[in-house]
Amino acid sequence: MRRLAYLLPVLLFAVVALFFLKGLGLNPREVPSPLIDKPAPALTLPLLKGDGQFTLAELKGRVTLINFFASWCVPCLSEHPLLMEMSKKGTLDIVGVAYKDKPEASLAWLARHGDPYRRIAVDNDGRTAIDWGVYGVPESYLVDGEGRIRFKQVGPLTREVLEKTVLPMVKELRK
Amino acid sequence: MIPELGHYALVLALFVAFAQAVVPLVGAARGEVAWMEFGRAAALVQMLLIGVAFGALTWAYVVSDFSVANVAQNSHSAKPMLYKVAGVWANHEGSLLLWITILAAFGLAVAMGGRNLPPGLRARVLSVQAGITVGFLLFILFTSNPFDRLSPAPLNGNGLNPLLQDPGLAFHPPFLYLGYVGFSMAFSFAIAALIEGRVDPAWARWVRPWTLAAWTFLTLGIAMGSWWAYYELGWGGWWFWDPVENASFLPWLAGTALLHSAVVVEKRDALKSWTILLAIIAFSLSLLGTFLVRSGVLTSVHAFATDPARGVFILALLVIVTGGSLTLYAVRAPALKAGGLFAPISREGSLLLNNVLMATAAGTVLLGTLYPLIADALDLGKVSVGPPFFNMVFVPLMVPMIVVMAAGPLLAWKRGDLPGTLMRLRVALAITIAAFVATWAVMGGGVGQLAAAGGIALAVWLFCGTLAEFAERIRLFRVSPGESLRRAARLPRAAWGMTITHAGLAVVVAGITGSSAWQVEKIQVMRPGETVEVSGYSYTFTGVVEGREDNYAFTRGRFEVGREGRPITVMEPEKRQYANPPRPTTEAAIHGTFLGDLYAAIGDADGTGGWVTRIYFNPLVPWMWTGGLMLVFGGLVSLTDRRHRVGAPTRGRVAADAAAQPAE
Repeated sequence: MRRLAYLLPVLLFAVVALFFLKGLGLNPREVPSPLIDKPAPALTLPLLKGDGQFTLAELKGRVTLINFFASWCVPCLSEHPLLMEMSKKGTLDIVGVAYKDKPEASLAWLARHGDPYRRIAVDNDGRTAIDWGVYGVPESYLVDGEGRIRFKQVGPLTREVLEKTVLPMVKELRK
Repeated sequence: MIPELGHYALVLALFVAFAQAVVPLVGAARGEVAWMEFGRAAALVQMLLIGVAFGALTWAYVVSDFSVANVAQNSHSAKPMLYKVAGVWANHEGSLLLWITILAAFGLAVAMGGRNLPPGLRARVLSVQAGITVGFLLFILFTSNPFDRLSPAPLNGNGLNPLLQDPGLAFHPPFLYLGYVGFSMAFSFAIAALIEGRVDPAWARWVRPWTLAAWTFLTLGIAMGSWWAYYELGWGGWWFWDPVENASFLPWLAGTALLHSAVVVEKRDALKSWTILLAIIAFSLSLLGTFLVRSGVLTSVHAFATDPARGVFILALLVIVTGGSLTLYAVRAPALKAGGLFAPISREGSLLLNNVLMATAAGTVLLGTLYPLIADALDLGKVSVGPPFFNMVFVPLMVPMIVVMAAGPLLAWKRGDLPGTLMRLRVALAITIAAFVATWAVMGGGVGQLAAAGGIALAVWLFCGTLAEFAERIRLFRVSPGESLRRAARLPRAAWGMTITHAGLAVVVAGITGSSAWQVEKIQVMRPGETVEVSGYSYTFTGVVEGREDNYAFTRGRFEVGREGRPITVMEPEKRQYANPPRPTTEAAIHGTFLGDLYAAIGDADGTGGWVTRIYFNPLVPWMWTGGLMLVFGGLVSLTDRRHRVGAPTRGRVAADAAAQPAE
């Protein structure tokens, strides 16, 4: 019994160490969005190109990726080639939301790097982004035909995430 | 060429450390004197080699050799020299090298300074110390080489995060590391004692100065970090229970407990296996801190480069060091002979209560820190544990500790006289009650002020209790003042140290209470010429000026501060935009007074001529820093105690000493 008490510290440590081992494989910065599988918040914003408003109703019946970006955002540039490729191949419709960005700056940036978006909405004061739970750009949301958010990517979209997670989901949703 | 020399020196140091980890240990087991002595020479060579490596990296920073990847990523030629040097340890690889350098320096100190140590104990301590060095050298050489080259070399570097370009922070990591790594000494002594199967008062006397030194450095390091957060982050706060802050606080709690339990071993030959366990825990928590910071298993404002490969390596190191030592403990500790018995109400009893509360506090802080990880691993969802949890569990643990802390030093060893002790504290108790009522009344009464008044009363109780104990020692008012002075001069430095640190903690408690209970904060948009009143001080905003320094552009606001129509000072908070890397920082303006800090920070322009300004009155915050410095000063005074300087006498004599004067 007395010996057991002396064993206690090492046993406790073993439990803690197991948690650490598990923890190494987890990402504490990944915060799941509470909006997953919920109807997407309103996205009624002026369009970047031309007059008029963008509304979510436009997307009814098709799976779309909503991508929050900005011309001042460096990581956005790193996902940009992938978005361009998706738009050229027609993999998936992408709607851009220019986040806290001057329209001229967004337009210049798109002219320089290419425009992968089907439509671009302007969220100048970032209010809509708050409703969507955006806490940095870039962030992307997969919205299904009924206007529900199915997946959220925080940070740049990578090829791995696109091919392993997003595209299989899209396939499933299009059925 | 020089970086390659540094790299080469590290590789050589690895081999030397490996030999040092094995040869003296085997020598001690076999009784081979020459093998044991090898440890001392090896410690010297190892320090020289690691010193060369550290010097080589520092040189690369000083001359801005951007062909070294580490320098290119973390330095910039336009940076002031102070931050070029501080840049050496402001990154993952360099800070590891600093860690190893300090580890080697402590090893050398034992090899050279520990003349009074029995050769067997010294040999084993040096071996354990070298074993830790081997682990860290492997880590740095295989996953985090600071001497990696870049080809082609960039024209300039990325620069140092401007938040870190600050004198307070430049020296915060070295002191923190002196503390962390200092606990490796207590650890090595504990392991050596477990191998020998012998813990006695002499052992405790050898361990204490190392623990005390580590504790003093750690206290200073934590205080500097907290001070930096206070004036640089511009939020008016000084402690956020961030995982990395907790990582430095955990070893501090364990180290404080260790300091006190080692006293019991030294004076009374009791609590031996508990003290050994604390020594292992204190260093393990230091390693754990390293793991948490470097592996990225928890989110924190301290974003060091995180890398799973490094995380796995440190975890393996942690498992070997902590798991191995705790296993050794489980096997060997039951054989340690239990020492002197004591009644619950006694000096030992109060020290034991201190230990239990400190250990519980460390346990709860650890649980709170790791809980997000545990919940995530068990799929209980993503949670974060914030200040409300820590304040709720930590404060109730500290209250009884401080209550007992005032009385403990007045209790006799073995069996204390509680009524007698309380009699001697009656003046302190009266002042405490008066302070409670006065604080409560001055602050307007009401239920809300009860807790704050209680905090102040605790501080007063501890302060007066500590002074009462000191007065008792010098027999103040019972003998002539001259005789009291002579007695004070003859008191052991360790006694002085205790009085200063305990009084210092009282001052810290008052500061914490004041700043948490009575902070006043006003955030508003101000136009030039407008005045706002905060805690009786009027702040007149006279506008902003813009300008440039070498490596940043600044926007400097100006406030004329007055009280009752008299001008007091001018405060000029800044907002800086650094060029390399491009980042904004805030530089709050702080004007200290006896009762609190006036604190002003400037935010963004509103576009119509107004500026967001944040003005705080932070009551008693200067007390926290004063108290923190008293803790450090008390530690230093205690370190100069004659017993530590002269070194411990031989084992037999110490035991006799302890027996002859049980009630010192």
